[in-house]
Amino acid sequence: MKPEEIERMRDEALAAFAAAGDLDALQEAKVAHTGGTSPLALANREIGALPPHAKAAAGKLVGQARGAVNKAFGARQAELEAERDARVLVEEAVDVTLPYDRVPAGARHPLTTMMERVADVFVSMGYEIAEGPEVEAEWFNFDALNFTPDHPARQMQDTFFVEGPTGDHGESGVVLRTHTSPVQARAMLDREPPVYVVCPGRVFRTDELDATHTPVFHQIELLAVDEGLTMADLKGTLDHMVQSLFGADMKTRLRPNYFPFTEPSAEMDMLCYVCKGESVGNPDRPCRTCSSEGWIELGGCGMVNPRVLVACGVDPEKYSGFAFGFGIERMLMFRHNVEDMRDMVEGDVRFTRPFGMEI
Amino acid sequence: MRVPLSWLREYVDLPATETGRDVQAKLISAGLEVESVEQLGADLKGPLVVGQVQSIEELEGFKKPIRFCLVDVGTANGTGELQEIVCGARNFAVGDKVVVVLPGAVLPGNFAIAARQTYGKTSHGMICSGDELGMGDDGSGGIIVLPPEIEVGTDAIELLQLVDEVLDIAVTPDRGYALSMRGVAREAAIAYGLPLMDPALLDVPAPNAFGYPVRVSDPMGCDRFTARTVTGLDPETLSPIWLRRRLQKAGMRPISLAVDITNYVMLELGQPLHAYDRTRVQGAIGVRRAEQGEKLTTLDGVTRTLDAEDLVITDDRGPIGLAGVMGGANTEIDDTEGTTTEVVIEAAHFDALSIARTARRHKLASEASKRFERGVDPQAASAAAQRTVDLLVLLAGGTADAGVTEVIAPSAPHSITIPANHPDKVAGVDYGRETVVRRLQQVGCDVYGQDELIVTVPSWRPDLTDPNDLAEEVIRLEGYENLPSTLPKPPAGLGLTGRQRLHRRIGRVLAGAGYVEALNYPFIGEHVFDQLGLAADDPKRKVVKLVNPLSDEEPALRTTLLPGLLHALRRNDGRGSHDLALFETGLVFQPQDELRVAGRLPVDHRPTDEEIASLTAALPVQPRHAAVVLAGAREQAGWWGKGRPADWADAIEAARSLAREAGTELLVRSGQYGPWHPGRCAELAVVVDGQEKVIGYAGELHPGVLKTLGLPARTCAMELDLDALEQASAGLPKGPKISTFPVATQDVALVVDKTVPHVDVEAALREGAGELLESIRLFDVYENGEQLGEGKKSLAYALRFRADDRTLTVDEASAARDVAVALAAERTGAVLRS
Repeated sequence: MKPEEIERMRDEALAAFAAAGDLDALQEAKVAHTGGTSPLALANREIGALPPHAKAAAGKLVGQARGAVNKAFGARQAELEAERDARVLVEEAVDVTLPYDRVPAGARHPLTTMMERVADVFVSMGYEIAEGPEVEAEWFNFDALNFTPDHPARQMQDTFFVEGPTGDHGESGVVLRTHTSPVQARAMLDREPPVYVVCPGRVFRTDELDATHTPVFHQIELLAVDEGLTMADLKGTLDHMVQSLFGADMKTRLRPNYFPFTEPSAEMDMLCYVCKGESVGNPDRPCRTCSSEGWIELGGCGMVNPRVLVACGVDPEKYSGFAFGFGIERMLMFRHNVEDMRDMVEGDVRFTRPFGMEI
Repeated sequence: MRVPLSWLREYVDLPATETGRDVQAKLISAGLEVESVEQLGADLKGPLVVGQVQSIEELEGFKKPIRFCLVDVGTANGTGELQEIVCGARNFAVGDKVVVVLPGAVLPGNFAIAARQTYGKTSHGMICSGDELGMGDDGSGGIIVLPPEIEVGTDAIELLQLVDEVLDIAVTPDRGYALSMRGVAREAAIAYGLPLMDPALLDVPAPNAFGYPVRVSDPMGCDRFTARTVTGLDPETLSPIWLRRRLQKAGMRPISLAVDITNYVMLELGQPLHAYDRTRVQGAIGVRRAEQGEKLTTLDGVTRTLDAEDLVITDDRGPIGLAGVMGGANTEIDDTEGTTTEVVIEAAHFDALSIARTARRHKLASEASKRFERGVDPQAASAAAQRTVDLLVLLAGGTADAGVTEVIAPSAPHSITIPANHPDKVAGVDYGRETVVRRLQQVGCDVYGQDELIVTVPSWRPDLTDPNDLAEEVIRLEGYENLPSTLPKPPAGLGLTGRQRLHRRIGRVLAGAGYVEALNYPFIGEHVFDQLGLAADDPKRKVVKLVNPLSDEEPALRTTLLPGLLHALRRNDGRGSHDLALFETGLVFQPQDELRVAGRLPVDHRPTDEEIASLTAALPVQPRHAAVVLAGAREQAGWWGKGRPADWADAIEAARSLAREAGTELLVRSGQYGPWHPGRCAELAVVVDGQEKVIGYAGELHPGVLKTLGLPARTCAMELDLDALEQASAGLPKGPKISTFPVATQDVALVVDKTVPHVDVEAALREGAGELLESIRLFDVYENGEQLGEGKKSLAYALRFRADDRTLTVDEASAARDVAVALAAERTGAVLRS
């Protein structure tokens, strides 16, 4: 057993491994150069037939060669596997820009999420959400709120009346609520003061549907009844709300007005969140959102009329309260540039989808 | 109320530099809702002059009669020559004084005037109508013909007061006094800190016995009646320009001098007046309630049947006017024939409520009723009568009769006692007693006292009845804009209720599953129940009806969400969106078995619980429902492969997802109901208090219903009662025990009759498998007549067994499976498929 012979076998094996271009070729080379019939395997077998004194040297010689061959195989295999793995990753690349609208996204209606958004401002302050029926007793909708039966304000609102037991135009004392304010009365009757509630909900008036009116719309109402509440508290609560919804530099403005259920009463405006009032008297910077008025009309508010407290069993000598309410549709219009109210009522999925889950 | 700024300045000496916009801002801050400031004549430019028509040549041969006029405009045209003007109007004659606009001028609406060729002539300007000058309706219907005494060449812009600003004020129901120049002037005077020249401060002669006889038999309805007589009126006299112009600017149409004067005084003082032709009144004037069914023809020519509550003015013949609302035709001043020379002036004060009811009953809202409803100053009646008499004497050449009738029911002025710091406590501001007293005095109150103020309110403010009314006066005059901003500290709240949280969660789950929320109107027509195929005795057919629906087609409130949702589905489909999944949550309305009237409870104390319960009993039951509708593809086709149409299983899965959110076990079983396909409808039930309750249905809709409603084929739907679902909630979920021992899986395929529902097989397997069963899942349904036999199906289940204390042996798992299969065989006739 000549050392050159063994080295040649070794070198042939190493060359074959290096020449193998892929894992299959490498496997073939492995069989050829390390398998049972390979020259090195045969040489190894021959060692047993050698005389004892030659065995050690030959064993070492062949063992070293086989070790080198196995090591080279392992290295080449790792190399080829790495190449293969890299190639697979390249081959498996996909067009990640493909769309996946298998089940197109759904959405909640922006009026729903807008109401929740506003309500949550107050829930986080400790207010609770109060609810009431949409078909409501006139007593709750009007009388308890200091609308006397002949009060002119009762005519200001165009009310849907519900048929009574005698059919057609018989008196039922039941209406579709014209505002969320009856929930104020219910909340006071249901709870002991202090009362801090918000009342979001659907309301009804006999307006025909057009771009700026809908007979079915949404309001959110707030009521706070406690000892020592003041109009300044009302103002602060409104300021907090618009800051929460429109940004820290927002504020509100109160203008005297009249509502039967509040006294004093006010109309509330918020600073235009787009132009911050800078469009006023500035023709170069007109503002579409507020028509360059600088302020956006929000709704009505005031100190709860003590007569309402009395009707709802709250002692006006001990407690005072404030309340406000405004329309969600209008807020959606100016907060999200919705131009036509009909889009909110028609249920067209193209309108609703972009609003997603929250607003 | 329209308030011309030039008129307002007569009572308040506003700085000359103050514009309408400035005054608007001040009044808004004081609480008058000034909606707009109209700029009259803002874009008007002269020359606009008085001319006299010298000759008229009728031009022939045109489609309409045309006149070629020579008009003397003095030296206004620079030459002094007669102005040649072509004119199409015919209500003027040679010698008339008219308003001429000359070339170079600009009329309202940016209408530039130049000499122009027309009808074969050159017209150097125009003879103007009131309309063209932006004056509003003057009743003449043509060219303005001026009184003859006005000189040729006079500037007509000045003469006709064409440039002015008019504040338009929306008067809230509490502020009746602001329906007068006097009332608005008072607010302006306070806002500017200037004195008010009160037009009601007039010398009024004392009442005597010679006045026109008046008998008030209902002093509650009419607590004051002043009657004055003026004779010798020249019926030919027209209202002077200034009077006409003020009425026009205030939005009223000039009619005749006597009527114009009463309207003018009403605008000035807020006191509605009525002028009777004295020769047409027979006997004493009376005030009483009408007799039921009595007839009266009012000035508008309508014959009205009176109600016993209506307050009427009478003479010997019967009613001659609907008190405080509208006069009668039979005593009307004759302004067409011009024969009225003697008038009786009525300045009365009527009960606000009575007038409001009468106006509403007869659907007759007049300028007078509008004011009486909101409160008129009873103390101004004599002054208003005097002012009317003065103007009739001054302008119509009349003579005031010495007789003065005043019937007055005595009444005490209204006083309110408040702590001097009450406004401070309402506002949250320290105004101090001095400010409070000063502000109350400014609005006309008499104030006495130190810590307790006794405040007597002025006669023109019947709205000031409560302490908070006085607080509002102080706070508004001190400026709402000066209120500080403070935050109250509510006690800790409990957050949302379970029902509220469930409602929100359901919206998110459905939207997350691809459904889009639609908020539909609750109005329906009852024909929809036929379209939906509801049985004749279906309880959903019992509806709440509206007295005054927007549409007679939809007079009822929904008992199901489906009509609205299906309508929205159809609309979307029609607009080109065909793959649709919509949902809605909302109230439905179910009439009580026995309809009751919701009573008028007291408002001066808390109603009793029984009284509140009586209101609730009169309201319909209003549960919240949830519903979905689907059509087209549920999964779209795409590069990933085929799409999948929406089907009955999607609709049922929507119900299951809601039940999962509610933590409720939903029982789903085959059912048949109304609009659903009889073979593809699931009845949805829950267990409430141990009782099974059907809460809705889901599946594919009936092809016939779809055809009737014009909906896409295979439209599916689900509707359930969300409140009932919530009531059935099992409460808090219990955390399961998780075993870490290995799972043993056993699959079984069972052959059963096609009519056997999967739930029955699964229930039997579940029960039979016992405690070791961790889960069971149906993974295949197979039907093949040749292999299984006709009318059979194969259900394949994966059963997973696991113990929480040991590794199960194969024998243990197999034994449990065998018991399960045996029980399924016993209960459902299932045969293990080999």
